[in-house]
Amino acid sequence: MRGALAAPNDGAQMDPSAPSSAGGLAADDLVNQDATDGAASGAGDGRIGRRRALRMLGLGALTIAPLPVLPELIRIATSAQLSEPVHSTREPARTPDGRIRQWTMIIDLRACDGCQGVGGPPRCTAACIQGHLAPEPMEWIQVFEAELPGGGTRFVPTPCQQCQNPPCNNVCPVGATFSTPEGTVLIDQDRCIGCRICMAACPYDRRFFNWGEAPVPPEARLADYSVEHQVPPRKGTVMKCDFCPDMARSGTLPYCVQGCPNAAIYYGDLEEDVATNGRALVSASRFLAENDAFRLKEELGTEPRVYYIPGHGEAVGRDAFTPGRAPTEWPWTEIVDGAVTWHR
Amino acid sequence: MAPLSAWHERLVDTALAPIRRTSRRYWALVGLELAVLGWGLYAYTIQLRDGLVVTGMRDRISWGLYIATFVFFIGISHAGTLISAILRVSQARWRTPVTRIAEFITVVALICGASFVIIDLGRPDRVLNVFIYGRWQSPIIWDVLAITTYLTGSIVYLFVPMIPDLALFRDRLAGRTARWRAWLYRTLAIGWNGNAAQRRSLGAAIGILMILIMPIAVSVHTVVSWIFAMTLRVPWNSALFGAFFVAGAIFSGIAILVIVMAILRRAYRLHEYVTEKHFVYLGYLLAAFAAIMIYANISELLVHGYKLEEGAEFHLRQLFLNQFAPLFWFYLIGGLFGPILIVLLPATRNARGIFVAAVLVTVAMWIERYVIVVSGLRVPLMPYEPAEYAPTWVEWSILAGGLALFALLITLFLKVFPIIAVWEVAEDHEATVAAPDLRRPAVPELSPATGGQDL
Repeated sequence: MRGALAAPNDGAQMDPSAPSSAGGLAADDLVNQDATDGAASGAGDGRIGRRRALRMLGLGALTIAPLPVLPELIRIATSAQLSEPVHSTREPARTPDGRIRQWTMIIDLRACDGCQGVGGPPRCTAACIQGHLAPEPMEWIQVFEAELPGGGTRFVPTPCQQCQNPPCNNVCPVGATFSTPEGTVLIDQDRCIGCRICMAACPYDRRFFNWGEAPVPPEARLADYSVEHQVPPRKGTVMKCDFCPDMARSGTLPYCVQGCPNAAIYYGDLEEDVATNGRALVSASRFLAENDAFRLKEELGTEPRVYYIPGHGEAVGRDAFTPGRAPTEWPWTEIVDGAVTWHR
Repeated sequence: MAPLSAWHERLVDTALAPIRRTSRRYWALVGLELAVLGWGLYAYTIQLRDGLVVTGMRDRISWGLYIATFVFFIGISHAGTLISAILRVSQARWRTPVTRIAEFITVVALICGASFVIIDLGRPDRVLNVFIYGRWQSPIIWDVLAITTYLTGSIVYLFVPMIPDLALFRDRLAGRTARWRAWLYRTLAIGWNGNAAQRRSLGAAIGILMILIMPIAVSVHTVVSWIFAMTLRVPWNSALFGAFFVAGAIFSGIAILVIVMAILRRAYRLHEYVTEKHFVYLGYLLAAFAAIMIYANISELLVHGYKLEEGAEFHLRQLFLNQFAPLFWFYLIGGLFGPILIVLLPATRNARGIFVAAVLVTVAMWIERYVIVVSGLRVPLMPYEPAEYAPTWVEWSILAGGLALFALLITLFLKVFPIIAVWEVAEDHEATVAAPDLRRPAVPELSPATGGQDL
């Protein structure tokens, strides 16, 4: 019988009663009634809380369970902050009959020659940088050079794809990046904590991080910050193409559309079914259907709002077998004294 | 029963030794750790001042050494769970002398791991936004929840089985130690006197905790893997990732436990309690988990490699032939096959050999985390030249600081808390001596073997 082992019991050096008797009071016989059987020596000094405290500790582990509601509680406690809108955009733009506009971009690859025709870096990127005062290595609309299956290359101007199932929004821990009613994805740089999981999640490589104090011209520092134009940039936060919603609302086309010398980029509203490149007005749905439009990485299910018309810039006089385009330039480091930049 | 009592006295002396004596070497070690930690803090102030531009990370490889180290630390935190919970449940008697330090490794590793997430943030000043605006949909929030829960649970799980030992310290050091110490032990022992009711409660508490802590531990490393697996990136696109990370976590946890135990055994002459047998058993566990890791790697790489979907070829090339080849091959050969070989060969199947294996595994597992993070981000998403990433001196310094913090916390712990679970070892020893063939239940509640008298 194993109980017998208790008998030798290590002699005096392990005597528990001596030290603990200090605090032991006799007031707790009630509680100790079941303690008396085991340990004759220690029975008298158990305080009311001890046994129970220990049991509570075991059960206390269960208090781990409510931890998941902690953020909720803090949220309720700080609800004053939440009564403010999510750094929200203004009223969404609406069609004349009151429906919310659904901004879209259609890029006609048949007309894009990566600005080889005009010589120099892509104009859409340059216009975007100038207009948004984008920090040095950021090309919010970037012209990639993709290989064609039959040889040669084509140029693919790539803004943020404004996904309707945006992987970046899904993973953001603080809701700093969000979709607007107009179907665009914006970032609140005043809330972003800089964890960069959205950059890992974006399958189009369309997110950019302010690794340091971004080199921007002095006038950018004077601007009132808004999620719709992201000026001035915030150190340690993520930025990207915002689809120029503030300009669209006032009836102006985005910088990249304005800057394209070949009128390859259309901007429009799927709700009203119109799009324009600044020269022609098209019915968006018909334009997409007639020209076999596609979207990038359609198989991922991200549902982009940026459509492409297949083709390549040979149509505008480009030699498909001379690859390479001039690198994008940022004027900021020359303009701003002591500006520090980084490579992409 | 004089021999038993002498044996017990020796055990208590061993447990008290680190507190009674402080060697000059100890202070030298603390000084060294503080110096490295200070250097890491200095590097971090530079990062705070200038931003993450001082690291090697850029837009295309936007996570690097910090996230890899975070995953590594969370991984080694599984040491405690394995030893204390899984082995306790499976009633492996030999675990008792190593339990306490394993549980402490868990707590310390979690603290270090969590700090690396904050170090990696672009805006550490806004870390509270996670609580103010937290969204359930984000894997980062799952991580915050899992890790805070695990940390809370681990601290409770470290503390509860320590209560009898704290009471022992309280009694043994009464009047012979600094005031704050006496106060600390008195408070933390919460009036433990070892009567039967208390022992029953302790048994119940440990019983509940060890069951609770296991799903938490598994969930922690699973959601850590989901930070990667929930993105649309080919190398991370794997349903195996959760299990793979958990296996890797326990694997590296065992390794770090072997290393810490070997150092403590030598420093505090624990040879009587931490025997050759412990190293060999942990070595077997190490080999078993190495086998699991090999299986997971084959499964992972073959599924990607057979189909060679877009990006997979690039990924496998960079792993086996190009950028990451030296690291990855070291991980495969030195970190997975090497330890198995060391444990299999009788000539190296001893404390020294297992220690070498554990060092190999620890280094290899850090490398594995690094390769997973960086190679996963390096696969181009669009037609651009693949980016390169090399950690800067700031990142290496902060890594060194993090490791120093880990060592420092353990070093300081030795001076305050019992490094050996005295009562568990004693109970186990008595059970073994008196009735070697008897199966001892996992929780003392059911075991009247020591009758509530020994402590």
